[in-house]
Amino acid sequence: MSSEKQILSTCIYCGCGCGFYFKVKDGRINGVVPSKNHPINKGSLCIKGWNASEFVHHPDRLTEPLIKENGKFRKASWKEALSLTVKKLKEHKEKSGPDSLAFFASAKCSNEENYLFMKLARAVFKTNNVDHCARL
Amino acid sequence: MAGLAATLGSGAMTNSVGEFEDCEVFLVTGSNTTEQHPLIGSRIINAVKNKGATLILVDPRKIQLSKHAKYHLSPRCGTDVAWLNGMMNVIIKEGIEDKEFIQNFTEGYEELKKAVEKYTPEYVEKITGIPAGQLAEAARAFARSKKSSILYCMGITQHTTGVDNVKSCANLAMLTGNIGKPSTGVNPLRGQNNVQGACDMGGLPNVYCGYQKVTDPKAKEKFENAWNVTGLPDNVGVTVTAVPNLAAEGKIKALYVLGENPMVSDPNIEHVRKGLESLDFLVVQDIFLTETAQLADVVLPGASYAEKDGTFTNTERRVQRIRKAVAPPGEAKQDWEIIAEISKLCGYDMSYKSAEEIFDELAFVTPSYHGMDYSRLDKDFGLHWPCPTKDHPGTPYLHKDGKFARGKGLFTGIDFKEAAELPDDEYPFTLTTGRTYFHYHTRTLTKRSSALEREVPECYVELNPEDAKKHLIRSGQNVKVTSRRGSLDAKAIVTDIVKTGTIFIPFHFAEQAVNNLTIDALDPVAKIPEYKVCAVKIGGGN
Ligand code: SF4
Repeated sequence: MSSEKQILSTCIYCGCGCGFYFKVKDGRINGVVPSKNHPINKGSLCIKGWNASEFVHHPDRLTEPLIKENGKFRKASWKEALSLTVKKLKEHKEKSGPDSLAFFASAKCSNEENYLFMKLARAVFKTNNVDHCARL
Repeated sequence: MAGLAATLGSGAMTNSVGEFEDCEVFLVTGSNTTEQHPLIGSRIINAVKNKGATLILVDPRKIQLSKHAKYHLSPRCGTDVAWLNGMMNVIIKEGIEDKEFIQNFTEGYEELKKAVEKYTPEYVEKITGIPAGQLAEAARAFARSKKSSILYCMGITQHTTGVDNVKSCANLAMLTGNIGKPSTGVNPLRGQNNVQGACDMGGLPNVYCGYQKVTDPKAKEKFENAWNVTGLPDNVGVTVTAVPNLAAEGKIKALYVLGENPMVSDPNIEHVRKGLESLDFLVVQDIFLTETAQLADVVLPGASYAEKDGTFTNTERRVQRIRKAVAPPGEAKQDWEIIAEISKLCGYDMSYKSAEEIFDELAFVTPSYHGMDYSRLDKDFGLHWPCPTKDHPGTPYLHKDGKFARGKGLFTGIDFKEAAELPDDEYPFTLTTGRTYFHYHTRTLTKRSSALEREVPECYVELNPEDAKKHLIRSGQNVKVTSRRGSLDAKAIVTDIVKTGTIFIPFHFAEQAVNNLTIDALDPVAKIPEYKVCAVKIGGGN
């Protein structure tokens, strides 16, 4: 048994961006503690924030790549899933042009991920069909 | 946020959250702040209760903030331009506009003056239903303080006239000199946690990161050099809302969705389903098998925010860290690793060792993030952009001393236009949609949290007592709500939170998705769907 660690992070449930610590023990998160000095939340959280770690270890989490065959999903290896993805994207780009592809970035993912994703769309697949659900 | 960018040169919140503590007047509209942004809502209540601030709430619903409002103006849905013009009409007629500010820092004032001339409080009352006297008093209160701040959310932007609404808010702030100073400004509260960051990072069809236009040859050259590629596309891409149609027409063949669930969040879901189903290839990268992922050909398991390093940019432009606390489950991977591997398989090398290395690259090509790095962000909970150099302290409020990003602040004269679909004999009710306190957007995450699910486990329809009586509907009974596009059954909650003639349904519930009913008419500029207003009828449900 290891001792509990606290790791500072940012709440994901609204645009306020409150700061809290994950309580981590043995590779699992057991709740959060609000940061006292964080300029937005100053030691408090709303009910969503207090529950912001519960889904992390949920049994419904996806744990392996899936490929659909005859209308049903089956488990797949990373190699298989990624090469199928790349084959399909490249095929359409070549046959119907770059703008036959579209990429939905995410208001829930990090800046680093969004940057890389739009770089992938633009630099690799040569399309500006990149958007996210900020409109929503 | 096209409206704000055109007017002021930047589309983000102009001021920061901490400054709300010293505001003297709040004008809150189209934002159920205590539910959607709880810790901003509590700041407003604090300022009102403990510091004597005045709250002007403009909202057709009797939301929690209305208890603290000195003026609660309740307009008919979709009439925002009219009441904003009405306020400006009063301010100009009474000569309490900020003449010095207008003279020194703005242009287009004459055009504005002409446009708002006919919007007398009496005329506005006819359009909006807001009593003329109340509107005039609220306008005076707003104009007389030099610490007046406007806060709004999707209630303002989710209309066919969304861009006009936002420009009108900016008009009011400039007219009264309430911008470019602490505790003032035009403040769009962003819904999802990293909407601001996704925009900043160029997750948009017309710009690279830092809002550098894809149509600008200089920007194109800059990114070709930075990324070591040739032939970057210089035509503006298509928006999220256009994709289902283009897919159905066979123009878009393949779609890669990163951590989004358009099957619930898009207006008119059946339409989206048809679009997605007509794709030849759909790949979805997410942490749960969402409604959208279920339609996919390939599903790639990503990592949750607790399993990765990175940064988010909150609604006040504060860039701050998230940190890896645990490992992703099973074979799930960091999302940036998945993207980089796809790139490598395409023959373009993206070999990063860490999220930090990606951040350094994006800071290098994004002027407003240029001075940031992880070690700086680790101190004092992040930095507000713009932060152009390593010794720059960040920028809590924009347009300091009337220096607008576009040069001078631009007034735009705007005429009121009716919403795309108004109630009529057949569909006599106005349906508006929104969030509830306990759920987050499409509920993929929150429904997997038992405490949150317990509070609001199913969809409901809010209905005014008078309407309920007329249609013989009791609280708790099932009702059927039907629009020209679809219908849903849900439990009725009879409450005077909503006005007569109006129905409210929250949009978190995939099982009874309200977006089956809503209209996909779009604002012509920002392409935001009109979630807030459409016409429906009601009847007893099953
Ligand atoms: S704790 Fe509540 S107010 Fe703070 S970011 Fe999370 S959801 Fe928003």
